[in-house]
Amino acid sequence: MPKANATGVLCEICLQENDVTSRQKDSVRESTRRQFIGAGSAMLGGAAIAAASGGKAAALDTPADPNGPPNIPAWMKAPGADAGELYGKPSPFEKKVVRNVPKNLKQYTSASTRTPLQELDGIITPNGIFYERHHGGVPEIDPAQHRLMIHGLVERPTIFTMDQIRRYPSESRIHFLECSGNPGFEAIYGKTASDLVGLTSCAEWTGVPLKLILDDVGLKPEAKWIVAEGADAAALTRSLPIEKCLEDAMLVYSQNGERLRPAQGYPLRVLVPGFEGNMNVKWVRRLHVTSEPAYSREETAKYTDSMPDGTARQFTFYMEAKSIITRPSGTQKIEKGFNEITGIAWTGHGKIAKVDISTDGGKTWQAAKLQEPVLTRALTRFRFPWVWDGKPTVIMSRATDETGYVQPSFEDLKAARGLKSFYHNNAMQPWKVAENGEVSNAHVKA
Amino acid sequence: MHTSRLKLAGAALILAAAATAAYAQPKYGFGTAATPAEIAAWNIDVDRDGKALPPGKGSVAQGHELFAAQCAACHGEKGEGGIGDKLVGGQGTLATPKPVKTVGSFWPYAPTLFDYIRRAMPLNAPQSLTNDEVYAVSAYILNLNGLVPDSATLDAKSLAAVKMPNRDGFVQDPRPDVHNKACMSNC
Repeated sequence: MPKANATGVLCEICLQENDVTSRQKDSVRESTRRQFIGAGSAMLGGAAIAAASGGKAAALDTPADPNGPPNIPAWMKAPGADAGELYGKPSPFEKKVVRNVPKNLKQYTSASTRTPLQELDGIITPNGIFYERHHGGVPEIDPAQHRLMIHGLVERPTIFTMDQIRRYPSESRIHFLECSGNPGFEAIYGKTASDLVGLTSCAEWTGVPLKLILDDVGLKPEAKWIVAEGADAAALTRSLPIEKCLEDAMLVYSQNGERLRPAQGYPLRVLVPGFEGNMNVKWVRRLHVTSEPAYSREETAKYTDSMPDGTARQFTFYMEAKSIITRPSGTQKIEKGFNEITGIAWTGHGKIAKVDISTDGGKTWQAAKLQEPVLTRALTRFRFPWVWDGKPTVIMSRATDETGYVQPSFEDLKAARGLKSFYHNNAMQPWKVAENGEVSNAHVKA
Repeated sequence: MHTSRLKLAGAALILAAAATAAYAQPKYGFGTAATPAEIAAWNIDVDRDGKALPPGKGSVAQGHELFAAQCAACHGEKGEGGIGDKLVGGQGTLATPKPVKTVGSFWPYAPTLFDYIRRAMPLNAPQSLTNDEVYAVSAYILNLNGLVPDSATLDAKSLAAVKMPNRDGFVQDPRPDVHNKACMSNC
């Protein structure tokens, strides 16, 4: 029976708890705890924690935990904060669980930020840290003034208000979204799981099956594509094949139970499950039913995959099967003995059938346990018990989907597509575990 | 017997009529009819063949002035790139290890240039240019790429007639293109 050792992650939590201790003592001494919490934003709180722990570290001689036995924790000796925070926020001690925002971009109007995958559990991404990719910033749209126009090859060109959209029978489904460049073929050297595949998130979406509305406006027989346009400053347009629109596409107005966040398309977005993120047009205001694709800039100059022979693949819609170990993963530290390996897997082609784990650099593999629920076009959580013997090694995961497709190595993808295709990199991610337990990206820039 | 048959036939006719009506009529019928004027005001989609290009025209010279005022801050004086994408050059590089993808080297259809500039550019003030101005800026960018002469004035017809060098450079999605096996031991 392996002994349960604290992982690097747990050690970091220990450190945070020490911070809590210092902060508690200071705050109780200086004022009341409630006033302290009420006074600052999360950011101010974070600064106070840092300052307090820095000061206390030098002052405290005893290693004993003042909030551990036999002491009574300070937070039990006075009432906590009042009920009534209008919209709750995470604990100020969870300050690492925030979006991963790239530094020093030329501009942030057309940019992306990443979900901190290595900090999350389960399969649902909280709305505040869902990945972002905008092409003209995040518009602030009054839902009462938002309109959806459907026109083109339809019997009845129609304009809908949001209230009218919401009158249609709706449904809720859990699906992942993934930006197609996640990461680009030349950007595989990131440190964390978030740096590498943080443009993946998953939510429960509520909306109207697009088919219901298309049936209502009446598609003409020549209707083959629907050009969806966003009401953002990019007026972003993508062409959706009619088969997908009639299969499982939705017009979504809610995410994880609440209305969409502005960054996710409030008040209305397209959801085409399993298709590259860019096609899930946010702030959708127009559906132009056509016989041909728009061949818009976003499906010619961008979101096409350049091959070594100079051609570019176009309309590469589906995101293929992929997985990544999120714990232990890059920048974390583990200890010898038992470590649960866990991560996420997903495929645009349906359900994940299997995830295999290698803890010896790919020589041998064993099946991980897939945690229920295993849903179509949703993240699937996998778990694998591992006893680390303390020797340096490389660990990685490999997803197989229900079509039998097996996630490839980066070398195999590179051999097929070269390094300039940018989009649709679904390669396995190897993590190096050093002798001291530090975990890092096994892809190292030559 | 005859009567009941007639009744049956009648019922079938009524059912058929009802089915047709159900097909033609919306089931829910929410929303209001979009008028042609409303559609025309919002529909800014330009197809690759340029059939939906609007009236208007603009010259390379006018585009040069507009570009300097509205575009050069991000895209560079001659479209060499900066905060914004590089717009010029790269022809002949797509099959090399360092492909340079610009309007001139990569974009397959000239009308798409009009579509994109009109809907999304300049980044800080999209949909602020008139159709004439969009034609002019498109003409200038094409001219920088050597695709129209200095003297060119572009309109719906002439813009649609510009043949882009990479027009035939796109292929359909061949995936799955990598066939890994789920090897379990001695891999």
